[in-house]
Amino acid sequence: MNTVIPIQPAVGGCTDAPVLRERGQREVFCGLTGIIWLHRKIQDAFFLVVGSRTCAHLIQSAAGVMIFAEPRFATAIIDERDLAGLADCNEELDRVVTRLLARRPEIKLLFLVGSCPSEVIKLDLSRAAQRLSSQFMPNVRVLNYSGSGIETTFTQGEDACLASLVPSLPPAKADAAPALMVVGTLADVVEDQFTRLFSAMGLGSVAFFPPRHADRLPSVGPNTRYLLAQPFLADTAVALEARGAHRLSAPFPLGVEGTTAWLQAAATAMGVNADRFEQVTAPARRRAESALVRQRVQLAGKQIFFFPDSQLEIPLARFLSRELGMLLTEVGTPYLHKQHLAPELALLPAGTVLSEGQHVENQLDRCRAAQPDIVVCGLGLANPLEAEGFTTKWAIELVFTPIQGYEQAADLAELFSRPLLRRQKINNAPVPLALGKTLAASVAGA
Amino acid sequence: MQLTLWTYEGPPHVGAMRIATAMEGVHYVLHAPQGDTYADLLFTMIQRDAKRPPVTYTTFQARDLGGDTAELFKNAAREAFERFRPQAMIVGASCTAELIQDDPGGLCKALNLPVPVVPLELPSYQRKENWGAAETFYQLVRHLADTSVRRAPRESGQRARCNILGPTALGFRHRDDLREITGLLTQMDIDINVTAPQGASPADLARLGDADFNVVLYPEIASIAAGWLKRTFGQPVTTVVPIGSGATCDFIREVAALAGVDPESVLDNPNARAPWYSRSVDSTYLTSKRVFVFGDATHVVAAARIAQDEMGFTVVGLGTYSREFAREVREAAQLYGVEALICDDYLDVEARIAELQPELVLGTQMERHIAKRLGIPCAVISAPVHVQDFPARYSPQMGFEGANVLFDTWVHPLMMGLEEHLIGMFRGDAEFHEDAAPSHLGGSVSRSAVGATQPAEDSAEVPDEAATAQADQAIAVAASSSAQVVATWSADAEKELKKIPFFVRGKARRNTEHYARDQGLPVITLETLYDAKAHHSR
Repeated sequence: MNTVIPIQPAVGGCTDAPVLRERGQREVFCGLTGIIWLHRKIQDAFFLVVGSRTCAHLIQSAAGVMIFAEPRFATAIIDERDLAGLADCNEELDRVVTRLLARRPEIKLLFLVGSCPSEVIKLDLSRAAQRLSSQFMPNVRVLNYSGSGIETTFTQGEDACLASLVPSLPPAKADAAPALMVVGTLADVVEDQFTRLFSAMGLGSVAFFPPRHADRLPSVGPNTRYLLAQPFLADTAVALEARGAHRLSAPFPLGVEGTTAWLQAAATAMGVNADRFEQVTAPARRRAESALVRQRVQLAGKQIFFFPDSQLEIPLARFLSRELGMLLTEVGTPYLHKQHLAPELALLPAGTVLSEGQHVENQLDRCRAAQPDIVVCGLGLANPLEAEGFTTKWAIELVFTPIQGYEQAADLAELFSRPLLRRQKINNAPVPLALGKTLAASVAGA
Repeated sequence: MQLTLWTYEGPPHVGAMRIATAMEGVHYVLHAPQGDTYADLLFTMIQRDAKRPPVTYTTFQARDLGGDTAELFKNAAREAFERFRPQAMIVGASCTAELIQDDPGGLCKALNLPVPVVPLELPSYQRKENWGAAETFYQLVRHLADTSVRRAPRESGQRARCNILGPTALGFRHRDDLREITGLLTQMDIDINVTAPQGASPADLARLGDADFNVVLYPEIASIAAGWLKRTFGQPVTTVVPIGSGATCDFIREVAALAGVDPESVLDNPNARAPWYSRSVDSTYLTSKRVFVFGDATHVVAAARIAQDEMGFTVVGLGTYSREFAREVREAAQLYGVEALICDDYLDVEARIAELQPELVLGTQMERHIAKRLGIPCAVISAPVHVQDFPARYSPQMGFEGANVLFDTWVHPLMMGLEEHLIGMFRGDAEFHEDAAPSHLGGSVSRSAVGATQPAEDSAEVPDEAATAQADQAIAVAASSSAQVVATWSADAEKELKKIPFFVRGKARRNTEHYARDQGLPVITLETLYDAKAHHSR
């Protein structure tokens, strides 16, 4: 008998809903951007992009890198000599890596990160990684993955990174008891909260992947039950399954409902009884629900439009529509993984407009026609849309802020209510005529 | 391959975007993979533009590479033209597209668009942002300037007319410099024919020839174009960049000579406060402050001149990341008897600053961080730009108002330093020592329980010492010298050192230890302390 909150599927849901697939200009980051949070997570890893000045400029512009004395990422900038064949790219790479590791002895894991230029010139980074690994092991493990824009969109960079790390996970013993692994980067504070919930349920040794340190890689094998914490880990899932691990299908841990269902999937698989589950989750659940009440006042009935960004859009839309009463005008996502998102799609209200990929000009036209109350978009679009009179929420903040789990549910809602509240507060102030003209010009120019 | 942790300049196509975004009626079609659209946020978030940059990206993916990326480009260009209806288009490739060699210029020609299309060749693996901006501006001027439009010889009494060249989008204070210089030229009864690229349309570029001379504000951006205009239309070019009071006066005289007007009335500007402020007695403490200057060539050369001649500082080092202007910066360095650092690796810049131990750093946002780490006051004088470099208020670098702004901007961090010393001085007092709780909390709670054991007398020195230790460490790293041993202090010398006012104590300690090291003395005695003082005061 299950006393846990029964999840009500949305009437109809979006399981078989049509998806508008678009091609054209994409206003999204490439996978290299994932380095910004991955290097914070794995504290002894270094990310060396093998690419162009554009790659270096992208990462520093997206990350605001100047705050770091010496960041744990860098770009080996390919120059003319490398392209003309005057310098052997592999020799050059070895030289750069040797210099880097000599300078940074604390580094235990080095990722060579492929970029658009390195992919196009077909620089074989997997061979380079093997070669360098054999040179620097056991002190430094060298791996490679591609974060290039021609292959990866924004958060897919993390997927590629984690997938490259899976073969290095130690094998679990053949007779090992079932073990739970949470896959996908979560903020440390969120990880600690989940750890406490799991251990209160009697699940003492839950592994998190990626780990905070390179020497604490969790073991994997047929006993592994893994739970995706992020919706963008398609290749990582495939790699884990190749090692025998089993995926626990669940919605993602955003909002009270998502978090409960996500934890429930783990509890069920690991044989936690229903009473215990209820006992452990109820206090946090109630706290989160009451915190959401205040947010619901701000957000209920408001229309929201998602431009594609992080692949978090569908779980976010589910949370905002079901727990906060928002209305979904369009939910755009760079890539829709039907299998991993099946539990999410089932919960979306029927008739939600879903789009995959992007043609930014067409999508802007649809957004203007829809006149939503709030638009979720990248930094390149936010101010121009604000100038047109839309309220926007920077999508990137949803990736950099801890938003998963019960304790963050209200914070997540607040990320959407704050821009609305702000507009409401300052819109009553008189503005000089010049601002009106600036805004009008931007509409005319758009 | 070059290991780069951080870069002063973006790739050259970002320079091209700065030109396109500055102009009206120009659209840039960029052959580029997904992700290169990050550059849009430089404009919408750093400069807070209310419009998207006029750029269309083709966004090709890996699966297109085997197919027809050229067709993708043609479709993007055609669609962009139909949607935005620009007066002219520029087309080019980002770093990745350069490798696949689709020839955007040739492809666009085949589209037969009814507007001029300017193809750009910007070698991404060789050049950088400022060069890209200069080349783009030059190509636009070359393609769009109508060579039949020429300025008729001026009759006597007819007002002179000039073009202002150089201000771009994402430029360091270009917005306010332009207003300042436009005002100055207007005051001199000179008409402005065209300002470009900022605010210019392709039609405006067509009439560039209809001016007597060109004012180049930023040589990094406009000198190639100005050179072509000089050869084509015979238009002379200004050579002085009006940053600083002295340079502004020189600029006024240079322009007056070109325009045939009297400079005197504008030279006498009652709002030029900076020259008087630096003569005011309270500025005496600025004398011979050791400064290090780093940034783009234009701002570095100008800042060094102001520092030495107008503020009475001593320039102990200067450098630039603008390799294209290395010669000009080396020449400037000779004026101050220092060697120019031509370099785009900020770690080398940091090592140089740590080694020189300046009292003020004038640099970019990166040098601001370096200076903060080393505990040295700093003011930002140059791009790369940061959101702070687009202040809401009017804050030019050029002209007399610019000189006022520079005076304030450079002097404030030094004054802040003094205030910190004051805080440090009073920290030694009975009611204001480190262990005392803040007065707003009643002052009765002792913090010593938390573990602060430092004697109050020494605590004044702590920030300075910490900074010194850090700097010394950096020097040690820079010089990778392991053999240098710091001499030990004898008790009486240490006691004497404490009598020296705290705000110079750190420096005295440093100088004495340096002296002892040079002299090979293992112990610093009272004698050593005063020998060192005499040595350093020479």
